[in-house]
Amino acid sequence: MKVNLLDNRDFLAGLMLIVTGGGGMFLARDYPMGSALRMGPGYFPIVLGGIMAAFGIYVMVQGLIKKEKVQGTWSLRALIILPIAAVVFGFLMEELGFIPALVALIFVSAAAGDQFKWIEVVVMAIVLTACSTGLFIYGLGLPYPLFKGM
Amino acid sequence: MELFNNLIFGFSVALSWQNLWFCFIGVFLGTLIGVLPGIGPLATIAMLLPITFNVPPVAAIIMLAGIYYGAQYGGSTTAILVNLPGEVSAVVTCLDGYQMARQGRAGPALAIAAIGSFIAGSICTVIIAMFGPPLAEVALKFGAPEYFSLMLMGLVAAAVLAHGDMIKSLSMVAMGLLLGIVGTDVNSGMARFSFGFSELTDGIGFVVIAVGVFAISEIVSNLSEKTEDREVFTSKVTGLFPTWKDFKQSLGPILRGTAIGSFFGVLPGTGPAIASFSSYMLEKKLAKDPDRFGKGAIEGVAGPESANNADAQCKFIPTLTLGIPASAVMALILGALTIQGIAPGPQVMTQKPDLFWGLVASMWIGNTMLLVLNLPLIGLWVSLLKVPYRLLFPAIIVFSGIGIYSVNNSSFDVYLAAIFGVIGFVWLRLECAPAPMLLGFVLGPLMEENLRRALLISRGDPTVFFTRPISLGFMIATALIVIVMAAPAVKKRRAEITG
Repeated sequence: MKVNLLDNRDFLAGLMLIVTGGGGMFLARDYPMGSALRMGPGYFPIVLGGIMAAFGIYVMVQGLIKKEKVQGTWSLRALIILPIAAVVFGFLMEELGFIPALVALIFVSAAAGDQFKWIEVVVMAIVLTACSTGLFIYGLGLPYPLFKGM
Repeated sequence: MELFNNLIFGFSVALSWQNLWFCFIGVFLGTLIGVLPGIGPLATIAMLLPITFNVPPVAAIIMLAGIYYGAQYGGSTTAILVNLPGEVSAVVTCLDGYQMARQGRAGPALAIAAIGSFIAGSICTVIIAMFGPPLAEVALKFGAPEYFSLMLMGLVAAAVLAHGDMIKSLSMVAMGLLLGIVGTDVNSGMARFSFGFSELTDGIGFVVIAVGVFAISEIVSNLSEKTEDREVFTSKVTGLFPTWKDFKQSLGPILRGTAIGSFFGVLPGTGPAIASFSSYMLEKKLAKDPDRFGKGAIEGVAGPESANNADAQCKFIPTLTLGIPASAVMALILGALTIQGIAPGPQVMTQKPDLFWGLVASMWIGNTMLLVLNLPLIGLWVSLLKVPYRLLFPAIIVFSGIGIYSVNNSSFDVYLAAIFGVIGFVWLRLECAPAPMLLGFVLGPLMEENLRRALLISRGDPTVFFTRPISLGFMIATALIVIVMAAPAVKKRRAEITG
């Protein structure tokens, strides 16, 4: 039987740890190590990265022995759309102002759910934007323009 | 007598209109998110951290603490009425609380949960007031080696006692420490792991990681689950008051639960779930007729509810006196202190007595508010449960987005949080617990600093951690925790408890 590594929970976890730890060590390779007496900026990250990679190897081996599968779905829809919503929000905050950014954030993130009902989302966008504007801009006095360039 | 003077001083701080108001907002919000399943105190506090910038430190901390213990109350309400634990700590409450509700005794179950939590909260307020100052006094004598050993113990304990695989949790601590390194090195001025982004030379924002991993990832995870129908016992909440017999049966469990909760509370890393589960097991063992448990025994509600509240409150002891967060939520509270310009540590108590004693007193006030407010508001909480998640999560996203942006007025932070949202979800799926990571992240820079300083004092001799008595004590304790938890018998038992 073919062992499916892409579905092996601890194999993937171990791989993630090895890559992160190893990557940390690689990036820190040029930072001065110093000595134990006077530690350079490279000392802590390299030791840590090494520890992490070592743990990662252990976890990976465990995964190969136990073969536990990843539980639950990867819910790609939400996993892709929600970060996009955040990026759109960040971008529009700079370009168009608070209200357009919020409205976009609400519409895009609502699309991450499995149900998207237009009327509901429009009402929600109006209510949430009004409440946030009242609370954050007028209530807490955050200094963001509601609309930029208008 | 000093204890009383201090408490009176605390009450004079906590009873100002402003602090009362923030305490109220805190416990109200806490109950709200405790009732709502898809959102916990961790994400809420992370989202609201930026809002507290404009608030004086004392009021900010009072509010954040209120959210935390308020959530324990709210979690039990849904556990009893809907068999749905709003928070992990309320899982045990479902066992007997829901059965009581099905027998038409939802009222007494809710009341005894609230009263038990209130008694536990009150006792813990006194415990904090009694043990806080002497602990801080000891901690003031700590040097760099002691701090390093203490933090090592805290991190190891947090990882080992956390839910899930021990090695993976330890790796996540290391992950947090590594993420904490990002930014300019204090000693050499060198930018580390900044990938050429000038924004990263100040380090990764605390709020960015917390919101990304605990709010955005959680939402992705919740959206991947199918919505289920819930059966709510609204009409049956009649006759709130427990009978005299209920009271007599519950008093013992409440007091024992408080003791268990306080014990676990002081230990770093143990979540309230362990405290409430231990209390349930104890009550079942002590009961004359253990058969009643799982069929609506009031002791099964009273004990665990008191235990989780006691645990939540006693977590403040190491946090406030040593500056070492005992859980991920406490790490956020310490983050809030730091943002307010207060360096966490034993000096807080002497330099900022209004903060410490005001907070202690506010916990008692907050618990009173919860007791008075919650019982009449049960109808409101239950109707909130009917709000579908698809209406809830965009609101969480909006608050998260504004929260992150407002820390530095920076879009970069929002992008970074989106990345951490994705990474955090991968961690969730691979069952790598993110809570130890957050502790590591908060303690990372402090740990490196103290390690360097300790070795500088000792001229590079690493035995310094084992020759100074207090430091040696922490090291031995660290080793003991690992050995005990790695023992096969304990490992098996732990697997049963944490599931």
